[in-house]
Amino acid sequence: MVFKHKDILGLQDLTAEEIELLLNTADNMKEISKREIKKVPTLRGKTVVNLFYEPSTRTRTSFEIAAKRLSADTLNISASTSAVQKGETLSDTARNIEAMKPDIIVMRHAISGSHHYLAKRVSYSVINAGDGAHEHPSQGLLDMMTMREKLGTLKGLKVAIVGDIAHSRVARSNIYGLTKMGARVFLAGPPTLIPPGVERLGNVTVCNRMRDAVEDADVIMMLRIQLERQGKTLLPTMREYSRFFGLSRDVVKLAKPGVLVMHPGPMNRGVEICSDVADGADSVILEQVENGVAVRMSMLYHVSGGGPTE
Amino acid sequence: MSTEATVILDGVGIKRALTRIAHEILERNKGVTDLVLVGIRTGGIHLARELASRLEEIEGVKIPVGSVDITLYRDDIKTQAAHLPVGKTEIPFSTEGKRVVLVDDVLFTGRTIRAAMDAMMDHGRPQYIQLAVLIDRGHRELPIRADFVGRNVPTSRKENIQVRFDSGDHPVEVFLEKN
Repeated sequence: MVFKHKDILGLQDLTAEEIELLLNTADNMKEISKREIKKVPTLRGKTVVNLFYEPSTRTRTSFEIAAKRLSADTLNISASTSAVQKGETLSDTARNIEAMKPDIIVMRHAISGSHHYLAKRVSYSVINAGDGAHEHPSQGLLDMMTMREKLGTLKGLKVAIVGDIAHSRVARSNIYGLTKMGARVFLAGPPTLIPPGVERLGNVTVCNRMRDAVEDADVIMMLRIQLERQGKTLLPTMREYSRFFGLSRDVVKLAKPGVLVMHPGPMNRGVEICSDVADGADSVILEQVENGVAVRMSMLYHVSGGGPTE
Repeated sequence: MSTEATVILDGVGIKRALTRIAHEILERNKGVTDLVLVGIRTGGIHLARELASRLEEIEGVKIPVGSVDITLYRDDIKTQAAHLPVGKTEIPFSTEGKRVVLVDDVLFTGRTIRAAMDAMMDHGRPQYIQLAVLIDRGHRELPIRADFVGRNVPTSRKENIQVRFDSGDHPVEVFLEKN
């Protein structure tokens, strides 16, 4: 089994075997971060550009650390401090970067599909670090890595994803990935935040009440309410949202003993998740962050093999 | 492509060779103090375990065994059409100041050993590294030699040597294929 894609734009485009290869490599790369010398020479001489049109701490830092642990050279461009402010188009920015001969570009952009647009126009590899409300494949992979590591397998798991599904690229990548790997996904959230037709994405069940999704679940994944993306009319009040869809200790008790509580961060403590749950024994939120580095090393490693840049 | 396989070392022969190597390791290192074995994936790991159990029989001491995967240290990584799957490196002990014996099944160009030594250096600074191999088939491309050799087998570059292991990862035979 080899990985033949030039780009990783989303988990929708990958097969179960390719996802498994990425996860296996990530499992085996995790050890590198625990060494005295946290670096392998694999991507020596490769240049990785992080191009972020949206704010990010975790994902950008994680990709940068991952690239550095593989010995690649990295540089970061954030839209707020670049020529984007002067009105340069995405296509022009991309072609100018291309002229400087990078090997991989890791991009986050507010517009869904911008990575597909870019990947068709440039010779280097494009990794999607989040495009609008579409996909966030590295997050989906690190979530699956964490579940597989803790529970042994993804097959047959009941995974509850709760919150703002409509605006969540994390939810979409997880739905594509998890259903391909044989898990069952249950979604819960206010009807205004559940996209119509979401069941068509795979083995997905929409629940009206949070407890129906959480009952007997192996994993509870809480999503952030994305205040910056939505209009004001989708939720009456935050307090009401929190009462019906916030994760408290009592709700966790409905799930299987030893349930994994996950959150992609950044958390709104007291809104979608109570602090005692976020910091409690079932929470694997910091393990998710740790696994994020390994998953991104795996992605960078596999896209840099073959392809037109070689 | 027609292939013709000849067995050049059978199970009994392998056992004798490993027993002799175990004695040589003890002799050269004057015992088992600070001794650790690190097998190179995947054949080398099985052989390192075999050697460890012989050393234990002889000296009555358990020798730590680790494994190293060299995929990320290969020197042909830039020319691979697609990158190879990465195996696990497990060295659950400190190698700082230790006497490390690297173990591999077949020594050929020496490039694998170079990669394995680089990997070892990222895990700490051993007192020294020695190399034990079951088969040395020649054709070195780097200035590397083995300290302990099961058998020297002169080969042509077109030939292929493989060590076969059974389902319990015990070495069964070594065969040579002419292509």
